[in-house]
Amino acid sequence: MSASDRARAGVPPSTEAVNRPRQDMTLLVEDIHKSFGGVQAVAGVSLSVGAGELLALIGPNGAGKSTCFNMLNGQLKPDRGRIVLKGQDIAGLPPRRIWRLGVGRTFQITATFASMSVLENVQMALLSHAHRLFDIWNPVTREDPARAMALLERVGMAAQAQRPCGVLAYGDLKRVELAIALANDPALLLMDEPTAGMAPSERVALMELTANIARNSGIAVLFTEHDMEVVFAHADRILVLDRGRPIAEGLPAEVRADPRVREVYLGTGATHGIA
Amino acid sequence: MVQGLSGLASASSLFLVASGLTVIFGVTRIVNFAHGSLYMMGAYLSWTLVTALPRGHLGFWGGVLVAALIVGVIGVLIEVLLLRRIYKAPELFQLLGTFGVVLIVQDVALMIWGPQDLLGPRAPGLRGAVEILGVRFPLYELFLIAVGPVVLGLLWLLFHRTRWGTTVRAATADREMVGALGVNQRMLFTTVFFLGSVLAGLGGALQLPRESVNLQMDLAIIAEAFVVVVIGGLGSLPGAFLAALLLGQLQAFGILIFPKITLVLAFLVMAVVLVVRPHGLLGRPPASAHAAHVVEPPYPPATPLARNLGFAALALAVLVPPFMGEFALIVFTEIAIMVLFAASLHFIMGPGGMASFGHAAYFGLGAYGAALLAKHFAAPMELGLFAAPLMAGFAGVVFGWFCVRLSGVYAAMLTLAFAQIAWSTAFQWVEITGGDNGILGVWPSAWAQPKLVYYYMALVLCVGVTLLLRRAIFAPFGYALRAGRDSPLRAEAIGMDGFRIRWVAFILAAIAAGIAGGLFAYAKGSVFPTYMAIPRSVDALLMVLLGGVQTVSGPIVGALAYTWIHEQLMRSFDLWRLFLGSVIVALVLFFPQGLVGAAQRLTERRK
Amino acid sequence: MTIALPRRAALLGAAATLAAPAVHAQEGPIRIGEINSYSAQPAFLTPYRNAWMMAQDEVNAAGGINGRRIETVFRDDGGRPEDAVRHAGELVNNERVALLSGGFLSNVGLAVADFANQNRRLYVASEPLTDALVWARGNRFTFRLRPSTYMQCAMLVEEAAKLPARRWATVAPNYEYGQSAVRWFKELLTRAKPDVQFVAEQFPALGRIDAGATVQALAGANPEAIFNVTFGADLTNFVRQGSTRGLFERRSVVSLLTGEPEYLDPLGDEAPEGWIVTGYPWEELNTEGHTRFRENYRRRFNTHPRLGSVVAYDTVSAIVAMLRKSGGTGTDAMIEAMRGLTFPTAFGEAEVEFRAIDHQSTLGAYIGRTALRRGRGVMVDWRYADGRNYLPTDEVVRTLRPQG
Repeated sequence: MSASDRARAGVPPSTEAVNRPRQDMTLLVEDIHKSFGGVQAVAGVSLSVGAGELLALIGPNGAGKSTCFNMLNGQLKPDRGRIVLKGQDIAGLPPRRIWRLGVGRTFQITATFASMSVLENVQMALLSHAHRLFDIWNPVTREDPARAMALLERVGMAAQAQRPCGVLAYGDLKRVELAIALANDPALLLMDEPTAGMAPSERVALMELTANIARNSGIAVLFTEHDMEVVFAHADRILVLDRGRPIAEGLPAEVRADPRVREVYLGTGATHGIA
Repeated sequence: MVQGLSGLASASSLFLVASGLTVIFGVTRIVNFAHGSLYMMGAYLSWTLVTALPRGHLGFWGGVLVAALIVGVIGVLIEVLLLRRIYKAPELFQLLGTFGVVLIVQDVALMIWGPQDLLGPRAPGLRGAVEILGVRFPLYELFLIAVGPVVLGLLWLLFHRTRWGTTVRAATADREMVGALGVNQRMLFTTVFFLGSVLAGLGGALQLPRESVNLQMDLAIIAEAFVVVVIGGLGSLPGAFLAALLLGQLQAFGILIFPKITLVLAFLVMAVVLVVRPHGLLGRPPASAHAAHVVEPPYPPATPLARNLGFAALALAVLVPPFMGEFALIVFTEIAIMVLFAASLHFIMGPGGMASFGHAAYFGLGAYGAALLAKHFAAPMELGLFAAPLMAGFAGVVFGWFCVRLSGVYAAMLTLAFAQIAWSTAFQWVEITGGDNGILGVWPSAWAQPKLVYYYMALVLCVGVTLLLRRAIFAPFGYALRAGRDSPLRAEAIGMDGFRIRWVAFILAAIAAGIAGGLFAYAKGSVFPTYMAIPRSVDALLMVLLGGVQTVSGPIVGALAYTWIHEQLMRSFDLWRLFLGSVIVALVLFFPQGLVGAAQRLTERRK
Repeated sequence: MTIALPRRAALLGAAATLAAPAVHAQEGPIRIGEINSYSAQPAFLTPYRNAWMMAQDEVNAAGGINGRRIETVFRDDGGRPEDAVRHAGELVNNERVALLSGGFLSNVGLAVADFANQNRRLYVASEPLTDALVWARGNRFTFRLRPSTYMQCAMLVEEAAKLPARRWATVAPNYEYGQSAVRWFKELLTRAKPDVQFVAEQFPALGRIDAGATVQALAGANPEAIFNVTFGADLTNFVRQGSTRGLFERRSVVSLLTGEPEYLDPLGDEAPEGWIVTGYPWEELNTEGHTRFRENYRRRFNTHPRLGSVVAYDTVSAIVAMLRKSGGTGTDAMIEAMRGLTFPTAFGEAEVEFRAIDHQSTLGAYIGRTALRRGRGVMVDWRYADGRNYLPTDEVVRTLRPQG
């Protein structure tokens, strides 16, 4: 048994670190598990995010962040455990149902509709929200663009509204994704590596934008992130995973000081410094 | 037991052809329609060589091998002169080019080898038969049974023990990898094409002692070879081997119980396999689902120029016919129907990103819907034209439910399987459908009998429904369809039910094709299984690709151009296939985005 | 063997005919619209077209019909009935043909026949064998030259009934022709010999026979005799597998069309021996008419005639005889002339008649046995089976064909 294994065995249940009333939480995750062919990818993760709060989910490669994320957004069904959104258990629902319950998403590798303009991308989300996808008569170009423009305005993309998504710079695509994610007035935003592939200056700008929107509109945000600078600058709280288990949770300062976290990161030779 | 051996021999032959096809597809992602032509050339060339060379082992086996190598060189020529220039074209576009090659080869072979079937000599040393369990079994068949596994083994060694083979496998698993590995992609594709063509040529040459060489060999083998490749899993050699074995055995034993099942057995098996295993027996889902996608261009609203051209064409279509002869009206009616047929296929293929190799099923079912009512219930045309989209739409509901779950070539092949099942039903259910003799006397009601009246009716319906489809493409539904094509992940993440959207699109396309089919039935006065046979499905594909699958007006222009060229050439030239093939190849080379795609580029450049 | 070159040089010319229908003066040539599956069935139709041109040239060289030349507009339907119907429309409306002819595949023939019925035009079907063409779906405007599936089956049954065999197996291509041939053979043979038994039937897909498996399946049923309907590539493959596996040893084989040079020649020295077949013994048939035909054909095309050549030649002969009799190109007059028309056949046998009762000609076929001579298959012990002897009685025909 290595030193780090011993340390992990002694981890206290992470939820004890939370001191808000649990029923007020936008998202409440209790003890979810997932294994693939005998390999435990996620084993007993619990977490919660409140309105206007940014929770970062971090950990070295293979820690189970993506699996965790995919259970929350509906791409994977947890083996057990509960995922409660605004009081409703959403575990195992398909992504599109989860979206309708008020969860917006951005992807690690941006996913937008390349053959449509920026504006149309946002309009699609609005049309879907309005249950109008099976309309075969009214041209999309005659839709009132006001709401979509307002969303683009919020992410600073209004000027590029007419450009096709296929030709945008990567940072701009991330903003478009944010606008799409905001289209159904979500209670929760799930952002998978929101700043991956961006220039450092853009990263800060995007996360500031996200944090502002979240706080102003009371949206809970859960994000994973490799860039520790971004995490410590913008997260309200941080949950650290290693090999599918939570090893630390708390305020950025607490997590930064946690010796087990340091050990995990240094021990795995992570390239991103934690301090 | 001996029945099983017979099945094994057929399986071996089939595997040779299918292995070449699957290797080529695996690396280049080209649906090589000309593979059957390469097979046929292998057979013809070996016939020429073997009959010209001195008799004996050297003459025979040497002839077979040299024929295979020559076919390999022909394959390289096709790759270098034609396909290499269109790798960047939209998906499946290469199919159009290879189809042109098929047509050219058919007429060239006719010119060189004449119309009569040729029977080659038997293989020296393997003429006779051996006694197995009291039944005589040809030695050559035993030899063929061995050839399959031996070729599989050699290919395995080639792919696992050489650097080139490793690259091929890497490229098959993930096309993007090739660029990353710094491999000379051109060289890789050309050599792969050589190997695939040699295998096809060898497959054909080895048939020499077994079957007569004839001009129908190419199309007889190609569908079955594709079925084997798809059942096995695209790009998978062991899969192709397994599938060939499965088909060979099912065929050998199936005819003992159902002698008439020969028409459709392969397609039935494919349908079952694909429903149960969407990527074939040993196929894997594509490695990179969305990241590596070709970026589809946007659909710009029609420019004033295009709009005016459209109006002018429509005005011509309305104003000119009264001054034309009856035959021109017949042709115009047919063109109008083909425009709708192509537009209906484009609806799922363009915005939906789902190619269909069996779209004629809905066209044909529409025609049969009308004809069956007319035949069995003496229904008038008005009712028949109402039944056509109903029948096609119903088939769309059922078949679509299975097809839209699959993606890419698998989905396209499943549509083909269903089309063949529908076709064989019409073909075999003689009591109801009249079998291949069809249903006659499906003539319009008295008021629509004059050709001009019928033309206007067809024009209104076809243009109307085509415009409706166009309207749907620019409405939220069409956008949602495109959304699912561009990024299934994002579409799902904003609440779209991709399955339902594609399913509804499939049904709408089937209904539109059914209307076209119903109109076609009354225009011709008769209905035949050929209405839903593979060539008609291919016609639809060609029209869409020729016009430009990535544009909204493409299918319309494609249908106009293809129907017109086809009709003119077929009427004017004995060697019309050679001409049509050459025209197609030329169009493919000069307009790799299709006709409308090229026009759009041209106007964009002018700006 | 020659392949005719493009008749019309430019596309533009074709486009022009589409836009403005040509009008031909009454004194111009008489035009025949000939539709056939030239590209899909070249083995039969290349010799067919050769003989057609030969017959036409002979007629024109002899002064035509009352001074008018005959002229043929050929169209290729590619094996698709819907294309044949379109060509029919073009030929009638644009090319102003007086009548339609041709057809190889049964469904093409039926489609054109229905077109003829609808548009009130004469259609002389040359080759399509389906019984429906003159019986179940017969119409006033359609006449057929070749002995039908029924007639050829009846010819073979006559011989088959003489065989001692009781246990029969059948193999036929899986489409209407194959199916109805098997149906007629069974019915007629059972009528002639009530104790026969049919122990196996195989229906390989046309052009895609899995010969090994089919042969094995037939052998498994251990019949005493086999009735074969396959032809073309299917036949060669079936014969090769069958002989290697010994299927035909100690078994009688009765086979439709196999004696036709189109199908016998490709078999070369592997042609089966002793099969009872219908066909065309072109080499030994030395009637005066046929000798002349054969030598003319050979001189012009440097090869021997095939059965397709005879069918084409006789079709032209019939049309010419009809035109001479009718004295005009009005459809009604031509139909009146066709009914009961007699005309000579290239076989050099007795004159052939287009029966008024069902518009079927009484052209016959040769029945004989196959044998090997000088390394290729020929027919021996053959005799001419006159078509008029192999048709049902008039009462039966009336029940088969819609009357009125």
